[in-house]
Amino acid sequence: MRNFSALIDGLVFMPARNGKIRLLADFFATTPDPDRGWALAALTESLVFHEAKPAAIRQLVATRVDPELFALSYDYVGDLAETVALIWPERPERANSLPPSMTEVVETLRAAKRGQVMGLVEGWLDTLDSSGRFALLKLITGSLRVGVSARLAKTALAEWGKVDLGDLEECWHGLTPPYADLFAWLEGKSDRPAAGKGAGFRPLMLSHPLEEEDMAGLDPADYAAEWKWDGIRVQLAARGGERRIYSRTGDDVSGAFPDIADHMTFDAVLDGELLVARDEGAIAPFNDLQQRLNRKTVTAAMLKEFPAWVRLYDILFDGEEDLRGLPFTERRARLERWHDAVRPRRMDLSPLVPFEGWEALKGLREGSRENSIEGLMLKRKDSVYVAGRPKGPWFKWKRGALTLDTVLMYAQRGHGKRSSYYSDFTFGVWRGEELVPVGKAYFGFTDAELVELDRWVRNRTTRRYGPVREVEPGLVLEVAFDSVHPSNRHKSGLAMRFPRVHRIRWDKPAAEADRLETLQAMVMG
Amino acid sequence: MKVCPEGLYVEPGGFYVDPLRPVERAVVTHGHSDHARPGHAHVLATAGTLAIMRQRLGEGAGATTQTLDYGDAIRIGDVTVRLVPAGHVLGSAQVVLEHAGTRVVVSGDYKRRFDRTCAPFEPVPCDVFITEATFGLPVFRHPPDLGEIDKLLHSLSIFPERSHVVGAYALGKCQRVISLLRAAGYDRPIYLHGALEPICKLYEGFGVPLGELRPATVAAKEELKGALVLAPPGAVADRWARRLTDPVVAMASGWMRVRQRARQRGVELPLVISDHADWDELVQTLDEVAAPEVWVTHGREEALVHHATQRGIRARALALVGFEEEGA
Repeated sequence: MRNFSALIDGLVFMPARNGKIRLLADFFATTPDPDRGWALAALTESLVFHEAKPAAIRQLVATRVDPELFALSYDYVGDLAETVALIWPERPERANSLPPSMTEVVETLRAAKRGQVMGLVEGWLDTLDSSGRFALLKLITGSLRVGVSARLAKTALAEWGKVDLGDLEECWHGLTPPYADLFAWLEGKSDRPAAGKGAGFRPLMLSHPLEEEDMAGLDPADYAAEWKWDGIRVQLAARGGERRIYSRTGDDVSGAFPDIADHMTFDAVLDGELLVARDEGAIAPFNDLQQRLNRKTVTAAMLKEFPAWVRLYDILFDGEEDLRGLPFTERRARLERWHDAVRPRRMDLSPLVPFEGWEALKGLREGSRENSIEGLMLKRKDSVYVAGRPKGPWFKWKRGALTLDTVLMYAQRGHGKRSSYYSDFTFGVWRGEELVPVGKAYFGFTDAELVELDRWVRNRTTRRYGPVREVEPGLVLEVAFDSVHPSNRHKSGLAMRFPRVHRIRWDKPAAEADRLETLQAMVMG
Repeated sequence: MKVCPEGLYVEPGGFYVDPLRPVERAVVTHGHSDHARPGHAHVLATAGTLAIMRQRLGEGAGATTQTLDYGDAIRIGDVTVRLVPAGHVLGSAQVVLEHAGTRVVVSGDYKRRFDRTCAPFEPVPCDVFITEATFGLPVFRHPPDLGEIDKLLHSLSIFPERSHVVGAYALGKCQRVISLLRAAGYDRPIYLHGALEPICKLYEGFGVPLGELRPATVAAKEELKGALVLAPPGAVADRWARRLTDPVVAMASGWMRVRQRARQRGVELPLVISDHADWDELVQTLDEVAAPEVWVTHGREEALVHHATQRGIRARALALVGFEEEGA
C-alpha cells in the first residue's frame, strides 16, 4: 500500500492537472504489477467489493479509542476517514507484521463476504501507517475523491507509455483489472490489447472553431451544415446487452440519465447532444440541463421536471458493423435509415441545414437566436469519423458573442500559478443606484493585464471577506458571453453562459456601465 | 500562583512568566513573539532567548535583562527559580519554581524530538505541571522528521525544474528544517526570504551550523529554478513568491497533519514538522513528570484535561488567551 498511499496523498494536495499526471506517471513507472493495476482500477472506480459503511467504521474505532477523545477529534478534523486514519493507535507489535500490499488488500476484499470486511479492515489498520490507513479507508468506503477522473488516469497512462490516448480508449473497455496486458503494451513488451466487444467508449471526433479567413479557402459544396445544439456532447453505446452514456471525455454518466438509458434497447453506438426537452423535442434552456449535470444519481422529481433528450448527430456502429471509416454523407444516410427503423424514444435527429454559399449560411447563423442553438457545425461530406480534433474536416461556427459593460465588484485570488493574483472577478450592472452582481469571469485577459488588474484591486479594496476583496465601483469590464438565461440562483435573476473578460475599459467611468434592463432584454425565448 | 489579565503571576516571587502585557518583572520561556512581548522593566531568560529578544524587539527587550543559564538556580522573593531546556527552539526553557516545599514547572512550549538546533527537553518531576497543549488531540501524531524531509527531496526529484518553497516560521522552524536537510545529505545552497536571515545568523553565532545560505532575491530568478527556498508562511502564496517559477508550495508545520487544513492554505506538499509535542508526547510527558496536578495553558486543552482526569490527575484548563500558536 505504500506507493498507493503516497500517490493518494500527493493527489489530494495537487491542484494542477499536469502535476497530477506527473504523479500518476511516476506511480505507474515505479510500482510493480499487479499493484499498479489494482490501483488503476481503484482510481477508475472499476473495483467491485462489499464496501464498508461509515457507521461500521465509527463502531470499529470506538473499540480502540476513548469516545470522548474521538468526538473532539472528529469535530476538529471534519472527515471520518481522515480522523480514523490519524487517531488509530499505532501498536508496537506492528513492527512484526508487514503492512499488506495493494494486491493483498484488493484480492482479499474481492473474495470477502460482507460480514468479514470490518475484521479485515481492523487487521490492516493495525499494520499500516497513517497515510496507508487513510488510503485504505477511502478505498473501502468506495470513493477516493482525489480529483482524478477515469479520463485523467488514462491520459497519464498514455503520456507515460507514449501511446495515443485514442488508441488506449479504444481498447480500454476490453480490459479487466489488474490490466497486466495494458501495462505490457505501455512498456513496449507486447502489442496493443484487442478492442473490447462491449459498450466501450469510442473517442469522439471534435471540431475547430471556424475563423472568417478560413472560409475563403473552403468550397461550400464540400460541406454539410447542421445546428450546434447547446447541451453536452454524449456518446450512446449499446452493445452486447450493455448500455452506456459517455461524456465527451469518456466519463460514464449512465447512472445520471436513466431516462435515456432505459430507451437504449438497440445495438449501436451513436453520437449526439444531451439536452432537456419537456415535450417531444422542445428543447429547454441550458440552465435546465445544468440541474441534471454532475450528479451520480437522479431523483424521480428531477426526471419529471428536467427530462433528458438526445439529439443525434452521427452513428459509429450499427450492430457489429464499424461505420467510422465511411464518409459523413454515407454515415448520415445510415443514421437516418437506422433512426427510421428503430425509432428510439427520447431521441431525434439533428436536422441538416441546407444552404447556398457562405453568405447565405452566415445569414442563417445570425438569424438563429433560438436559445438552444449555439451556432452551426460544418462537416466535410467526405470526412471519416476519427478520434480527436483533426484540422479541416469539422468546424464549429458559433454565433457572435453578446457583450455588456459591467463594473468590477469583487475579486478573489486564483489557484496554482495565480495564487498570488486577484484573478477571479465578480462583476455587476446598475439597478437603479445600486450595483447587482451578474456574473464571474476569470479569463479573457493577458498576463500583463492580470498584473494591472491585481494592482488595481489591491489599491481599491474597500472590504475583505476571507479570500475575497470588495473593491470600489470604478473599473468597467466589457464582458463577452454566449447567451443569458433567467436563473433563480442569482441575485440578479439572470445567468450568463460562458462569460469572459473581453476588454478592460480603463477609460470608461463606472457610472456609464450598462443597466440590468439591458441584460434582461438579451434573454431569448 | 495565579492567572491575571497580564498572564501567569507567581505571587511569592512577584514576577510573571511570559506575561502578555508590560510588567515590572518577567521570566520569559522563549523568543517567539507570543511569549516574549516587549516593554517589561526587568526580564530574566536564557542567553539564547535574550539574544533573540534583543534582535527582534531592540529596546523593547527589557529595560534591564538578566541571563540565567540552564540548571542554575536563582532566588526571586521567596521563590527559587531554575531554567531547564524545553527543546522548543534555541534558548527555550521550562521554568522550575520552588516555594515552601512545592515544585511547579511551567513548560512554556516544548517538544520531545531530537533537534540539533537546541538543547533537548528535560522532564522535571513536580507537584504542579503547567503545560501547553497546542497539539492536544490524539489525531496529532508527528511522523519521523527525516521521513518528512524525504518527501521534500522526493518531490525535488519528480519536479526538478520547479523551485520548492517551504513555509517555515522564522524562529526555530526555519533553522530546524535547514538542519534536517543537512542531516539528510542535502548540501546545495538553501535560499532564504529576507525575514529569515537575521535569526539564521543568530543561530550560527550560537554554534548551530546551517551550511550555505543565500538570499532569495529577485536577481536570482534563474538560480531559483529547482532550488529550495525557505520563507515565512505568509509569504509563500503572496506577491513575494512571484519571483519563483511555478513553485511547489510546501509548509513545515504540525498542522499539516490534517489534510483539510493543509489544503485550505493552498499547500501542495505538507511537511509535518513541528516544534511542539504531539499527543503521544504530551501524554508521555505527563507520565514522566508525574505531577498530581496539571494545568493546561493553551491549545486544544479539552482533550488533554479529559485524558489527565481519566488518569486520576487533577487537571484544569487555564484558557490563557493571547498565545497565537505561531511556529507550530
